[in-house]
Amino acid sequence: MANEVLIGTRKGLFVIQRKLGLWRIERTSFSGAPVSMVLSDPRDGRWYAAVEHGHYGTKLHVSEDCGATWSEVACPAYPPKPEGTPDVLCPMRRKPVPWSLEKIWSLEAGGSSEPGTLWCGTIPGGLFRSADSGRTWELNRPLWDMPERGKWFGGGYDWPGIHSILVDPLDSQHLLISVSCGGVWETLDGGGAWRLVGQGLVADYMPPELAGDPAVQDPHRVVHCRAVPSRAWLQHHSGIFRSDDGGVTWHRMTSVKPDFGFVVVAHPTDPETAWFVPGIKDDERIPKDGAMSVWRTRDGGATFESLRFGLPQEHAYHLVYRHAMDVSPDGNTLVMGSTTGSLWVSDDGGDSWERISAELPPVYCVRMA
Amino acid sequence: MPTVHFTANLSRLTSAPVASVDGATVGLVLECVFSRHPQLRGYVLDDQGAVRRHVVVFVDGAAVQDRVGLSDAVRPDSEIYVMQALSGG
Repeated sequence: MANEVLIGTRKGLFVIQRKLGLWRIERTSFSGAPVSMVLSDPRDGRWYAAVEHGHYGTKLHVSEDCGATWSEVACPAYPPKPEGTPDVLCPMRRKPVPWSLEKIWSLEAGGSSEPGTLWCGTIPGGLFRSADSGRTWELNRPLWDMPERGKWFGGGYDWPGIHSILVDPLDSQHLLISVSCGGVWETLDGGGAWRLVGQGLVADYMPPELAGDPAVQDPHRVVHCRAVPSRAWLQHHSGIFRSDDGGVTWHRMTSVKPDFGFVVVAHPTDPETAWFVPGIKDDERIPKDGAMSVWRTRDGGATFESLRFGLPQEHAYHLVYRHAMDVSPDGNTLVMGSTTGSLWVSDDGGDSWERISAELPPVYCVRMA
Repeated sequence: MPTVHFTANLSRLTSAPVASVDGATVGLVLECVFSRHPQLRGYVLDDQGAVRRHVVVFVDGAAVQDRVGLSDAVRPDSEIYVMQALSGG
């Protein structure tokens, strides 16, 4: 049973703990500053927090004592743009994509065979790797230099960004990353070479002749079942998709409406089970009828249950961002936070929910410690 | 020797004391400060060395013209202020 959760919000980092059966906010850090991403590294117990200062940029902090103290480490930084390098233009706005960090949007521990290795996905689209627990970072040039990056564009932000990084539990060199908006990418050699995958994804927001182009897809979030990583789930701008081959090809789930949302969480051991938080697409982004619900499938996406017990059912306008839900290793405890500052916990796989707070700042990400 | 002042808000986050340093341009003066306080660089300049979008640098009461190359001239008795631009907050 999970007993500690890190919550990154618009106004700081919160840590909640369960003691004697009751969840409480135990600690706050970086009060007033947006915390876009947090990570609890299962290999060494270090915590990381990406802290955004509106004027002074994003900084990365690490804690070796479960949040009691924090120290600033190096932040991923784009190298000087070499003279003569042509600009990559955003295809929608015809503006050059900057070589400068805008946001840390994903942060993941490398495989168990690579202690100290971290992967960091950013806006405007660079993937960074650290081999020394964040003391130094290097931009992955093979991906940054792919010509298809010229097709990427921002989804909700001015520039494209990497929000999902899946490290294959069976092979640390095998990664799947996802870009809004730039599709799903795979490397088999730790980032030395990349290929664009994602056949089967459909972008309803593009003209028909471009809707199937894998490089213009907007996968809001991609996750996999840790025990069976070939089973992956994808909440797309245009619907819910499932993959049976580790993210190379995708199948749209047609039995679920509404199928717009941002977050998806995969059961750690049961490849048939995943959770989503639906909203009315895509110009409204609120729960249908103002009633909060969670979709759960337990049969690989053939059917979806609408879970509502304990969730507000009247005039509830919560949106759950793509990193704002997590699941415990046993698949029983779920935590989710909303844009309007509510935080819920379920200990029965989503059958029922308890609201821990309705007073938090807008929630960006939650992570089981 | 030019004097550089940083907004007090920066001191909450990193070491940013008043500094009197040599330099004939904004860039040279700031480099001198950053050599004493390396972490401060990333708070004032972006990855490419330009002034951050929501930071503004004044020299003797005028916002600097060259926010990318930091080539604005500085006199020996100049007062330089590194401030928050309200666009960022």
